[in-house]
Amino acid sequence: MTYSILTLFDIILVLTLLWLGWRLLSSEDIFKAVILFISFGLLMALAWVRMRAPDVALAEAALGAGLTGPLFLSALRRMNRTRKGERRLDSDENRNEDHRKDSKQTQAV
Amino acid sequence: MKITGKTRNRHRRFDGLGLLFLCLIFCLIALLGAILCITPGTTPGTTPGLADAVSSLQAQSGVESPVTAVLLNFRGYDTLLEVMVLLLAVIGVWSLTKAPLSWQKVDISPVQMGVVRLLAPVLCLVAAYLVWQGSHLAGGAFQGGAILGAAGVLLLVSELDWPRAVPALVLRIGLVLGPLVFVGIALCCLFFTGDLLAYPGGTAGWLILLIETACALSIGLTLALLFGGGRPEDDVSDGDIS
Amino acid sequence: MITTLLYSLTGMILFGMGLFTLIIHSHPLRKILAVNVMATGVFLILVATAYIPLGQGEIDPVPHAMVLTGIVVSVSVTALALILACRVQETSNLALLKKTKPSQATKEIKA
Repeated sequence: MTYSILTLFDIILVLTLLWLGWRLLSSEDIFKAVILFISFGLLMALAWVRMRAPDVALAEAALGAGLTGPLFLSALRRMNRTRKGERRLDSDENRNEDHRKDSKQTQAV
Repeated sequence: MKITGKTRNRHRRFDGLGLLFLCLIFCLIALLGAILCITPGTTPGTTPGLADAVSSLQAQSGVESPVTAVLLNFRGYDTLLEVMVLLLAVIGVWSLTKAPLSWQKVDISPVQMGVVRLLAPVLCLVAAYLVWQGSHLAGGAFQGGAILGAAGVLLLVSELDWPRAVPALVLRIGLVLGPLVFVGIALCCLFFTGDLLAYPGGTAGWLILLIETACALSIGLTLALLFGGGRPEDDVSDGDIS
Repeated sequence: MITTLLYSLTGMILFGMGLFTLIIHSHPLRKILAVNVMATGVFLILVATAYIPLGQGEIDPVPHAMVLTGIVVSVSVTALALILACRVQETSNLALLKKTKPSQATKEIKA
């Protein structure tokens, strides 16, 4: 086994990936989870480059981070819109307010 | 149970079953890791793999990039079926729901419109470059298609509802263009050489470029329409609430 | 060698985390996110196993091609799953729209 400065880079990258993965899977707000997922995908692209797989890195950066993220965001908006019984979601403030109301309700229950 | 934008489970402490499950998963990971480290045949980095086989046949494949050679020549089947999966996904999405009529009734700022006008052609250029580059460096139909799809998504989020503006037939032809070209070339190869996707000698490079170009167009269109979230039809007369 | 091991183990842990979340959490979007993380873990193992340090030989391109295929398929599967989740929520509106007034809910169903 040979250790080099790249091993340090590997360890930092791996720890960041794991931390991001855990945060995105356990965060309370799905919106936050999706944003974390996008950054997770971009860091994965870095890992693919490190693994000498530039083709995979390109695909991951464009597809995993660039398209999956927006897909999740639009689905989230669609679900919020139907949940609120409205045609569309007005703004981010509404979304946050809604969430706060939700958590209060949960606590009350 | 109510589905909301938040997960409630986190407020609840994991019960015994959850903890048991966590332990089970931990054991599974530990076991797999131990197997990976101990078993000589699977020790990472030591197995010969197929690198030699690929590099010995590289000259016949018609392209210089090994990944493109594997994707479109040696294992062309996989890619053909993958393009079919994309087509099936868009058929599934379109049969499930209609695209929302408008994303958000807000005024798009002139700055954003200017940026979109600048970026969309550049993205198309980058996509074309990536497809061309796929024959000798990293790149190819999927990367190019993804960039094209990103351009489509960019237009969609800027309130430019192009799926409704483009005639439905053109959209459908665009979606099946890649798969059709791929299947057509595969069948021609079957006719001329007796094997599916066994390109006749000397033509492999051009056939691969043709397939990649058609597939990149279709993949880009497919991804952008998947983001569109349903079939782009104007009438909202029947039961869809979206 | 150490690099391969490090990234393979990361892939395994990511897979395990995804599996855990997939079963523990109830929100459909969270489940789809978890499946994506699981897929990433599998891809990481595949690519890490093919890794050879620079200057020690050619990289095996077959796992790379497989992972490339897998990424594209996982994106299309994600899109389909998200639309399915949206449809499930739209069609099961009655049980879900507890906060809206009954009149609003019926209007929503008729619409």
